[in-house]
Amino acid sequence: MAQLTEDKLDLAPKKFNMWIFIFTSFMFFAALSSGFIVYSGGTGHGINAKMPQAFILSTIIILVSSGTMYMASKAAKGLQFDKQRLYLWLTIGLGVAFFFSQLYSWYVLVSKMGIYFSNPNASQSFIYVFTGMHLLHIIAGLLLLANTLYRSYRNTPQVKNLYNMQMSSIFWHFIDIIWIYLYVFLLLNQY
Amino acid sequence: MSTLAVHDHEVAHHGDDHGHHHKATFLNTYVFSQDHKMIAKQFLITGIIMAVIAMILSILFRIQLAYPDKAFPLMETLLGRFAPGGRLDSNFYLALVTIHGTIMVFFVLTAGLSGTFANLLIPLQLGVRDMASPFMNMLSYWLFLIASIVMLSSFMVQKGPASGGWTIYPPLSALPKAMPGSGMGMTLWLTSMVLFIASQLMGGINYVSTILNMRTKGMDLWKMPLTVWALFLTAVLGVLAFPVLVAGVVLLVFDRSFGTSFYLSDIVLNGSQVQPYEGGSPILFQHLFWFLGHPEVYIVIMPAMGISSEVMSVNSRKPIFGYHAMVYSLIGITVLSFIVWGHHMFVTGMNPFLGGVFMITTLIIAVPSAVKTFNWLATLWRGNIRFSAAMLFAIGMVSFFISGGLTGIFLGNATLDINLHDTYFVVAHFHLVMGSAAIFGMLAGVYHWFPKMYGRLMNEKLGYLHFWLTFIGAYLVFFPMHFMGLDGVPRRYYAFTEFESMKQWLSVNTFVTWAAIISALAQVAFLYNFFHSIFFGEKATQNPWEANTLEWTTPVERIHGNWPGEIPSVYRWPYDYSKPGAEEDFIPQTVPLSQTMSSNLPHDFEDNPAGLEAHAKWVNTQKSNEEVK
Ligand code: HEM
Ligand SMILES: [Cu+2]
Repeated sequence: MAQLTEDKLDLAPKKFNMWIFIFTSFMFFAALSSGFIVYSGGTGHGINAKMPQAFILSTIIILVSSGTMYMASKAAKGLQFDKQRLYLWLTIGLGVAFFFSQLYSWYVLVSKMGIYFSNPNASQSFIYVFTGMHLLHIIAGLLLLANTLYRSYRNTPQVKNLYNMQMSSIFWHFIDIIWIYLYVFLLLNQY
Repeated sequence: MSTLAVHDHEVAHHGDDHGHHHKATFLNTYVFSQDHKMIAKQFLITGIIMAVIAMILSILFRIQLAYPDKAFPLMETLLGRFAPGGRLDSNFYLALVTIHGTIMVFFVLTAGLSGTFANLLIPLQLGVRDMASPFMNMLSYWLFLIASIVMLSSFMVQKGPASGGWTIYPPLSALPKAMPGSGMGMTLWLTSMVLFIASQLMGGINYVSTILNMRTKGMDLWKMPLTVWALFLTAVLGVLAFPVLVAGVVLLVFDRSFGTSFYLSDIVLNGSQVQPYEGGSPILFQHLFWFLGHPEVYIVIMPAMGISSEVMSVNSRKPIFGYHAMVYSLIGITVLSFIVWGHHMFVTGMNPFLGGVFMITTLIIAVPSAVKTFNWLATLWRGNIRFSAAMLFAIGMVSFFISGGLTGIFLGNATLDINLHDTYFVVAHFHLVMGSAAIFGMLAGVYHWFPKMYGRLMNEKLGYLHFWLTFIGAYLVFFPMHFMGLDGVPRRYYAFTEFESMKQWLSVNTFVTWAAIISALAQVAFLYNFFHSIFFGEKATQNPWEANTLEWTTPVERIHGNWPGEIPSVYRWPYDYSKPGAEEDFIPQTVPLSQTMSSNLPHDFEDNPAGLEAHAKWVNTQKSNEEVK
C-alpha cells in the first residue's frame, strides 16, 4: 500500500532526482581535485605543509553523524518517532559541530601555519576551496535535515516522512563520503 | 524497492490528488505554470527572442567587418557611446562577438533547444502526465529567464559587456582591469552563467529521471523514439559536464575578487603596473572549460540529431535506417565527447604525446558521427518523401552537419591545427556543424511540433521561403570563411584593413556581410509565420503528419495531464512506416500486434514465444486458405 501511495505522489522519481543531483555534486568535486592535480603538476607548486590536526576531529564528528543518521532512519522505519527525532537532533548537532571544527581548522591554518587563501601558491588556496565548497554542501544538508525534523513534528503521513528521511540521509551520507575523499586527497598531496 | 518501476498509469492519478492545480488562473497557467507543455513554450519563445537579439548583434559586427572605415551616423544614434562618431568602438566590437557567441551557444542552442523539446516531447512521447518534479521544472525556466536578463543587462553598464570571447579565458576574464569588458561586464557574465547552469541542471535532472522512471506501460527503452534517446543522452551530458564549468568559474571568481592565483601568473598591465600574482596556470582554466565545452557542443547538436531523425523518418514514410546503430552512435558520442577536449588546446604548448592521444580520440568521434550521417541518407533513399517545411529543415541539418563535420577532421589533426587554430577556418567549421546544423534541427522541430504546441499549423509556403533563403544564405556566409582561414586570417580581429596581408579579404567580408543581412531578413518570414500562426493559423487535426509516436494520440486542445482518460499502452517501436502488408503507411505505437496480423514479421516477436506461435499459426492458415482457392 505504501508502495502505491508512493507511486501516486511520484516519490520514486523524485528520489531518483536526488541521486542524479549527487552525481552532479560528485562531478563538481572531481573537477576541483582534477584541477588541483593539473595545477600542481603543471606549475610544480605543492601544498608543502601538514594538514591541521583539527581535520581528524572533523572526520570523527562527521563519521559519528552518519551513524546517528542511520539510527534515525531505522527508527523512522520502525515507527519510533520520538527516537527518530532524537537522532535527527543529534545529527544536526554533529553537523553544526563539524562546521565549527572546520572553521577552527581554517583558524589554525591561518594563524598557526601561515597558510592563506590569497596566496601565490594556489595549491594552498585549494585547501580552502575544497573545505569551503564542502561546507556549502554541509549547510544544504543541515537545511534538509532541519526540514525533515520540522515536518516530523507536524502531522506528516508516514510515506512522506520516510521519503523526507531518505532524501536527507542519501545526501548526508554522500557529503560524509565526500569529506573523506577530500581529506584523503589532501593527505596524499601534503608534500 | 525498484526505482526503475514502470510508472503507475491509472486514470485515478489525474483527478483529486492534484489539489494544487484546481483553479486555473492567468498567473498559474501562463506565468508560473508547472505544466511541461507551457514550460516548453516559455523556453521556446524566450529562446527565439534571445536568438533574434544575438542575430542583431552579429549583424552589427558584420557591418564593422565589411565597412571598417566608414561612419554610420545611425549607429551612434542607436548605440551611443559604444559607437562614437558612427564607428563601432573596438572594445565594443569584442563585446558583441562575445555576447553573440554566449547567447547563441548557451541561451539559444542549449536552453532554447533542449528546454523546449525535452519539456514538450519527453512526457508526450513516453506517455507521462508530467515531469518527475514539475516544480523544479518551473524553477528551471525561471532561472533561465533571470540568467537571460542578467546577461543582457551587461549592455547597460558603463564599460560594456564581457569581451574576452565566449570561452572567457583568463587573464582577460580574471583581471578586472585587463580590458573594459573585464570589469562589471565580466561579473555579470559570470553571475548569469551560474544561474544558467543551475537552470540547466534542474532541467537535466528532471529529464533523466522522468525518462528512466515514468514511461508508460510497454514503453521499454528500445521502443523510445530517437528524439527521446537524444534528449536523454543530452541531459546526461549536461548533468556530468556543467558541474565542471561551475568548478572552473568558482576558481575564476576567487581570482577576480579574493586575490588568489589559480589562473594568474606574472602579469604586467599597461607596461608598468606589475601585478602581485605568480604561479597561476591559465591552462588550468582551459582544461576545466573545455572539459565542459566539448560535451557542450554535443549538448547542442544531439537534440537536433534526434529531432531530424524523427522528422525524416515520418516524412520519408520509412522506418529510420539503423535504429539501433543510431542509438549506439549517440551513446558513443556521449562517452567519447568527454575525452576529446584537448583538441581545443593543441597549441597551448601541450605535450605532443598528449596531443597525439587527443588527436586519436577526436578522429574516433568522427566514426559515430559518420554512422549517423549515412543512416539519415539511407533513410531518405527511396522513401516516399513529403517535402514539408520541417522535412526541408531536417535535410538541411544533415547537409550542414556533413559540410561542417568534414572540416573537423582537418582541425582534429594536431599538426594541421597549428596553422588553422584561431583562424576563420575554425569559425567556418563550428558555424556550419554546430550553429547552422543545430538551428536547422531546432527549426525542423518547431515546424513539426507546432501543431502539438498551439493546435494550429504553420504556413508551409512561408516555411519554404524561410528555408531556401536561410539555407543558401548560411552557406554563402560561412563557406568563404574556410578560404580566409586557410590564408591565415585570424578570428576576433576588429579591422582587417589594418594589416597589409589581409586587406585583400575586404571584398569577401563585404560579400559575407550582405549574405548575412539577407539571411537575417529571411528570419522575419519565420517570426511572422510563427507568431501569426499561433493565433490565426489553420486549425490542426489530431495527427497532421500521420506519425506513429504517442504525442499524436493526445487531443488537439492541450489539457493538463495530456490524456483525458487512461494513458495509452505501447506495443511496438515508433517507426512502423510503410510496413509491407499493412493497410495504411503508418501504424501508431498504440496499435497491438494482434490487430495487424497481415503486416507482422517474425522478428516483431522477439522475447514473445506465445505471440510468435500465434503469428506462425496465422501464416499457416493464410497459406492453406490460398491453396483451397
Ligand atoms: C567530426 C567531428 C569533429 C571534429 C573532429 C572536430 C574537431 C574540432 C577541433 C579540432 C576544433 C578546434 C579547432 C581550433 O580551435 O583550432 C574544433 C572547434 C570547434 N568545434 Fe568541432 N569537431 C567536430 C565536430 C563538431 C561538432 C559536431 C560540433 C558542434 C555541434 C563542433 C563544434 C565546435 C566548436 C563550437 C568549435 C570552436 C570552439 C571555439 O574555439 O570557439 N565540432 N572542432
Ligand atoms: Cu571540441
